[in-house]
Amino acid sequence: MADHPVSDNDHIDSDAPRSTAVHQREVGHEAAEARGWHDAAVVGRTVTINLPRDQVYAAWRDFRNLPRFLENIRRVEVGDDRRSHWVIAAPAGRTVEWDSVLTEDEPGRLIAWSSTDGADIRNTGRIEFRDAPPGRGTEVTATIVYEPPGGDLGKLIAKLFQKEPKLQARRDLRRFKQWMETGEVSVSNPHPNAPEIDR
Amino acid sequence: MRALTWHGKHNVRMDTVPDPEIVNPRDAIIKVTSTAICGSDLHLYDSFIPSLLPGDILGHEFMGEVVEVGSKSTLQKGQRVVVPFTIACGKCFFCEHEQFSACDNSLPADKADLTEALWGHQATGLFGYTHMTGGYPGGQAEYVRVPYSDVGPIVVPDGMDDDEVLFLSDILPTGWMAAENCDITPGDTVAVWGCGPVGLFAMQSALVLGAHKVIAIDHYPHRLELARSLGAQVINYHDVKVREALMEMTGGIGPDACIDAVGLESHGFAIDNVIDAVKAATRVLGTDRAHVLREVILACRKGGRLSIPGVYGGFIDKVPVGALMEKGLQVKSGQTHVQKYSHKLLKMIQEGQLDTTFLISHRLPLEDAPKGYKMFKEQQNETTKVVLKPGWSQQTEALHA
Repeated sequence: MADHPVSDNDHIDSDAPRSTAVHQREVGHEAAEARGWHDAAVVGRTVTINLPRDQVYAAWRDFRNLPRFLENIRRVEVGDDRRSHWVIAAPAGRTVEWDSVLTEDEPGRLIAWSSTDGADIRNTGRIEFRDAPPGRGTEVTATIVYEPPGGDLGKLIAKLFQKEPKLQARRDLRRFKQWMETGEVSVSNPHPNAPEIDR
Repeated sequence: MRALTWHGKHNVRMDTVPDPEIVNPRDAIIKVTSTAICGSDLHLYDSFIPSLLPGDILGHEFMGEVVEVGSKSTLQKGQRVVVPFTIACGKCFFCEHEQFSACDNSLPADKADLTEALWGHQATGLFGYTHMTGGYPGGQAEYVRVPYSDVGPIVVPDGMDDDEVLFLSDILPTGWMAAENCDITPGDTVAVWGCGPVGLFAMQSALVLGAHKVIAIDHYPHRLELARSLGAQVINYHDVKVREALMEMTGGIGPDACIDAVGLESHGFAIDNVIDAVKAATRVLGTDRAHVLREVILACRKGGRLSIPGVYGGFIDKVPVGALMEKGLQVKSGQTHVQKYSHKLLKMIQEGQLDTTFLISHRLPLEDAPKGYKMFKEQQNETTKVVLKPGWSQQTEALHA
């Protein structure tokens, strides 16, 4: 037992991702500083999908698929291989929009993007794909960082993510997993055209 | 269509509601020919489990004829099918490992938050239960939308009656899995608390799986009689002290395995149960009533096995966890992985190894469903199982009475 070296530190950093930090404000400050923003909200979440890495990567890489499972995204117009225009549904029939440019793209491993100048909300996204333990598919980690806007728009965004943004991220990743694994998104309402259901 | 809908505690009624539609490619629509009231429906009737909404259609034990199919359903119109109460996608890690009731995809994403907070993980979708388990409209109705219809429903061979196969939807595989979870070895004694349908099927299954002795515990004479007719020895807890009786009936050792087929609304006047009941009724602490769970832990022999098919939803107090640990008990529980057992149990019914109809006490038209709930709740001695027939008019009932 005594063979283990004794650490001089009185603190050991966790191996868990920063998205699980107790003090989320610090995580936001770090992200804002790195981007030169006045503030940042960070949403991170991992889901395991029972399919090979390349297949999961390819499905996400085609941004036109995103509205199938990201609840608030109305459409993504793909310009060229690196540029796209995102339209987000907001309350009262309004929309929030931005142009997005791919900043990193490693097939089967990583997709990252950033909004460009003039975005209604500045944001970056990073989707990492890793092999799950053998036979268990792919671990997908999504990290979305956005600058919480002030004023009317800020209120609108708060409404958009009615509850905490983490909740929305969890639900969206679940829908991604459902769509990838089963080919459909689970819905319990038997009347899809009923007014309370918007999909 | 007509459907049995929930409107509050002890308030269910027949309503006319819109027919279901195909929503997703793997869906099918079933025209229900038989559907049953489950003991776990009584937990909803008694408002013991939260997150039902007024107007929700109950029922998770049902079968019928396929009348519509989505583009990716493998069913064909006109086929007769029994539908498992657990909705499973067939594609996720859990389904691939036959843990169908842990399916990771069948719960709509917007329904996941409550169970993730309450249980640490999201639930799996179930028919006709609460919004914690998806809010899927249930089978006590003329028609039901069945998601993932290429995975769950089992096609009924020609010549088999509804009543023979209906319970493949829930209580037969639930009783079977409860017995299987006891890991029975030759010479074993299995004690079963609760002679409701799941308890009775668990007893029958335990004997088929080789139990040397099965001991049934209840207080309703008719239900104990049914248990005895299956070959079980019985304990009426109004007459004898259950734990002492079990010790005496097992040579001072205790049962090798104990099944809690009662769950969160256990009866009886043990002091712990009275305290639980007060807490539950006043909603002050909102605990489940767990007298049976405590008793199986204390009654089971050292190194024995506990199997818990009885439904619990929340928290309990005063669990004798010391006994659990110090005696080295193993615990298995869970909603039933119905799809895992469907074909095997169907074959056993066909071969006459399992009797599935002995516990049906009442067959009623669907329109009489509210009456069925009342009877099942208030006359538990006589009412062992109520089967509802959407095709029957209230006049036909007289013919079958």
